[in-house]
Amino acid sequence: MRLILEKRADRSPFFAIASPFLALLLTLIAGGLIFVMRGINPLEGLYVYFVEPLTQLWSVEQLIVKAAPLVLIGVGLAVCYMANVWNIGAEGQLTMGAIAGGISPVMFPDWQDPSILVVMLIMGAMGGALYGAIPGLLKTRFNANEILTSLMLVYVAALFLDWLVRGPWRDPQGFNFPVTKTFAGWQLLPTLGGTIHLGALFALLACVALAFVMGKTLVGFEIKVTGSAPRAGRFAGFSRNRMVMLCFLLSGALAGLAGICEVASVVGKLQPQISPGYGFAAIIVAFLGRLNPLGVLFAGLLLALSYIGGEAAQVTLGISDKIAKVFQGILLFFILSCDTLILYRIKLEMGRVGALKAAE
Amino acid sequence: MDQSLAVMLTIITAATPLLIAAIGELVVERSGVLNLGVEGMMVMGAVAGFAVAFMTGSTLLGVGAAIFAGIAMSALFGFLTLTLVANQVAAGLALTLLGLGLSGLIGEAFVGQPGVKMPTLFGIDALVPFSLLLTAGVAYVLFRTKTGLVIRAVGNSHSSAHALGYRVIAIRYLSVMFGGACAGLAGGYLSLAYTPQWIENMTAGRGWIALALVVFASWRPLRTLVGAYLFGAVSILGFVVQSMGLGIPSQFLSSLPYIVTIIALVIISGNKRLTQANTPACLAQSFVPDR
Repeated sequence: MRLILEKRADRSPFFAIASPFLALLLTLIAGGLIFVMRGINPLEGLYVYFVEPLTQLWSVEQLIVKAAPLVLIGVGLAVCYMANVWNIGAEGQLTMGAIAGGISPVMFPDWQDPSILVVMLIMGAMGGALYGAIPGLLKTRFNANEILTSLMLVYVAALFLDWLVRGPWRDPQGFNFPVTKTFAGWQLLPTLGGTIHLGALFALLACVALAFVMGKTLVGFEIKVTGSAPRAGRFAGFSRNRMVMLCFLLSGALAGLAGICEVASVVGKLQPQISPGYGFAAIIVAFLGRLNPLGVLFAGLLLALSYIGGEAAQVTLGISDKIAKVFQGILLFFILSCDTLILYRIKLEMGRVGALKAAE
Repeated sequence: MDQSLAVMLTIITAATPLLIAAIGELVVERSGVLNLGVEGMMVMGAVAGFAVAFMTGSTLLGVGAAIFAGIAMSALFGFLTLTLVANQVAAGLALTLLGLGLSGLIGEAFVGQPGVKMPTLFGIDALVPFSLLLTAGVAYVLFRTKTGLVIRAVGNSHSSAHALGYRVIAIRYLSVMFGGACAGLAGGYLSLAYTPQWIENMTAGRGWIALALVVFASWRPLRTLVGAYLFGAVSILGFVVQSMGLGIPSQFLSSLPYIVTIIALVIISGNKRLTQANTPACLAQSFVPDR
């Protein structure tokens, strides 16, 4: 018995829409199996993980709070991947954004008026963009593989932050904990109600703006052509190098913005650990959202649910919240598998006799 | 003298996992497949090796489990990219994310448990001479035998190889699984010999450095050997400098291997003679046979 792929004449419009949902369904089934293996009733497990968080107001708030950085980063990555530019170092750009944005509150703790918030946000986005520009520059100048360089820079950024908060930026009154002074007043993002902060609004705006850019402008068209038909792009006079830099600057800026928004709200200070892997989870967000800015919005909410469900499962079911990362990995696997159905028909072939019959 | 010998030994121990993983990935890439999931396969090998050695007390079984875990992960990648022709870059990332998540969940029970250390010969782990044999063997098979010629043909022009009657997909599956076995073994080396314990994310980017090593070595096994020892030396340099008490923050020394990787990539990638002549022409391209 063999699996045979048969190319469709056209992209299947049905599966283009259905494949993320199919992937989600398969992930739920796989998740149920994991619960069974851990001796938990699968239906109860899935309910606690994926449904219960949506029934309470505070956890829906948490969902939006966690979705904000995922969407901000994911929408930038979606544009990158659309252009065939593989930025996988968003976690590092997030860290650098948090550091750059954190300069003013750490250096001037008494600076208390709205201007500091604006400065923090701009510096954060710039920090991320400049850090993202490094792999972009190395790619365009020296042809160095951007996947590897951007990832290496994640480790460098994490170690740099670690040094800062343990060394020069450590709060002298912090009982020797590796943290900076806690941000206060105008150094924190205003909330929009409950715990939801301005970051959620930024995420929403970024999605709408990028949906417009990708769908209605020449730059968006250039990005898509460079990604899907590089030869055609060259003939049209589009500069591949310009696109690479643009994508890295854009996705870096958004990741940096997400970084400063995190430390200026949920975390409230700089410390060695500022993100539970948002930069990597955002890769899944980009793919689950079909690299479409509006799709990313929903995908970000779903990935946020996977974080919150993990916490809920830990509390209610006594199962490690590490299961969240497993669900995220499985989900990406199924998304990529199901996307095959858009371009191909999958057939099971029984032995050689079947193959001969099919050929007749 | 004694101290420099000790430093040499630690360099070798640091280089060995990089070498094993990179040699495996080299074969994979020579067959035209880019598996970016080395980190994920490696970390799964590390947790599987530790868990089995801890429960049975046998490092040999642990090594077997590490290899098996690597193969299982790579088979998953093969199914996704070779059978379902998914994007290899994305699938490799998925493999890494899944491996890191799954190993964290599996390994939770083993955090802080005492590990079982692999037996040593004259202060060298048994896997060190094996890694050298592996390198020589891969170099011989790839460049001196028909099998190697076929693997490279599949990587350089899958349609020609297919037209000649070679089973492109099957050959790629085997190469990918060989790479998985090597990555799993490299992970097992980390948790059974390098630091005999389980720490979450203990591979710490070594899988990615191994990937960079393949590019650095321009897809040549013997250059991979040189590269791995060079990187081993860089990662040990940090400890040596720190022990001299120069007051350089440890974080800067820890970031050296990553920075050196970037610099090495920049130097090699800028050199067209080295890269373009050796890069497998069909690297990361999916193949669907005509019917």
